[in-house]
Amino acid sequence: MGLLNKLNQPYEAGGIILGTFEDILNWGRARSDWYLHFGLACCAIEFMAMNASHFDFMRFGTIPRATPRQADFIMITGTVTLKMAERIKKLWEQMAEPKYCISVGSCANCGGPYWEHGYHVLKGVDRIIPVHVYVPGCPPRPEAFQDGMIKLQKMIKEEAIFRKRKKLEEETKIELSA
Amino acid sequence: MTINEIYEQLKEEYGDSIIELIENPPCDSSIIVKAESIFDICHTLRDKPGFEFDYLMCLSGLDLGENLSAVYHLYSMKHSHKVVLKTIVPKDNPKIPSVEKIWRTADWHEREAYDLIGIIFEGHHNLIRILCPYDWEGYPLRKDYKEPEYYHEMKVPY
Repeated sequence: MGLLNKLNQPYEAGGIILGTFEDILNWGRARSDWYLHFGLACCAIEFMAMNASHFDFMRFGTIPRATPRQADFIMITGTVTLKMAERIKKLWEQMAEPKYCISVGSCANCGGPYWEHGYHVLKGVDRIIPVHVYVPGCPPRPEAFQDGMIKLQKMIKEEAIFRKRKKLEEETKIELSA
Repeated sequence: MTINEIYEQLKEEYGDSIIELIENPPCDSSIIVKAESIFDICHTLRDKPGFEFDYLMCLSGLDLGENLSAVYHLYSMKHSHKVVLKTIVPKDNPKIPSVEKIWRTADWHEREAYDLIGIIFEGHHNLIRILCPYDWEGYPLRKDYKEPEYYHEMKVPY
C-alpha cells in the first residue's frame, strides 16, 4: 500500500493530498454521523439486526446518541402515532444544525397499512418534520438501511457548507429587515 | 362446575338480575346479567365457596349498534372452571358499576373500554383514557365513529 508505507516521509513521493476545504470537511462530516434512534415499531426490531455484527451499522461512522443535542440525524423507525408525533417534533427542534432525518419503513413514510382506517396514525412523518432519506419496506431489510445510510452520506458529501452559511445569513437579514 | 350449574345457582340467588343463558357452541356459553347488579354478582363469584373465580381473564367492550356491552371472562385457578358474563347498556347512558375493587386487573381493562368504546364504569378510582391522548374527542371503536379532520394542527386523513 502506497501511502501507509510512506508515513515516515510525508513530503516525498505523493504524501500530499489536494482538495477543497469544503470537500475535506464534508468527508469528515459524512463519516461521523451520530444518530438519535427513535424506534417505534417492528422497523426498530429490524434495526437491531442492523446494529449487530452481521451488518455492523457502526462501520458507517455512526454512534447512537441518547440525546438530540448530540445527534446529527434522527432515524424514525416505525408507526408514528399522533400522540407520539408531538414528541418527535420536539426532539427534532432540540437537535443542532446541520440535522438530517431518515424515515424508515412504510408507516413512517406514508402511514403504511394504517393509511385508510388509522385514526390514530400520522400519515407520514414528513407532515411534521423534513425528511431527507426515505427507506421503503415493511419492515425494510438491513440492506435497505445500508442503502439509506449511503444515500445520506452522499447527500452530505455534496452539500455546500460555506455557500449555505452565506445563504442563511442573507435569509436572516431579510427576516430582520422585514 | 359446568356453566349450567353456575347459571342455576346464580339464578337462585339473584333472580331477575340474571337474564338468560346463551349457549352458542363451539363458543363459550355466556350469561346475560343486568348492569346494576354486576358488582354483587362478581363479588359472589369471587368469594363464594364452589365458585372462587379468582382471575378476570379479560374485560372487553363491544358496540352492538344501539347498545353497548361489556364482556367479563372469569376463570377459577382452584376449580379450573370458567364463565362468561355479559351486560348490555343503552348507548345514551352507558353506565356499569366498576369491578376494579374485586379484581385489580380490571383497572386498566376498564380504562381501555372507556377509552375506545365509551362505557363509563362507576366507582373506578381513576377513569381516564389509557391509549388515546387525554384530549382526544370521541370513542374510536364505536361503529359510528368518524375520524377527526385535524388533531393539534396535524391532518389526520391520508
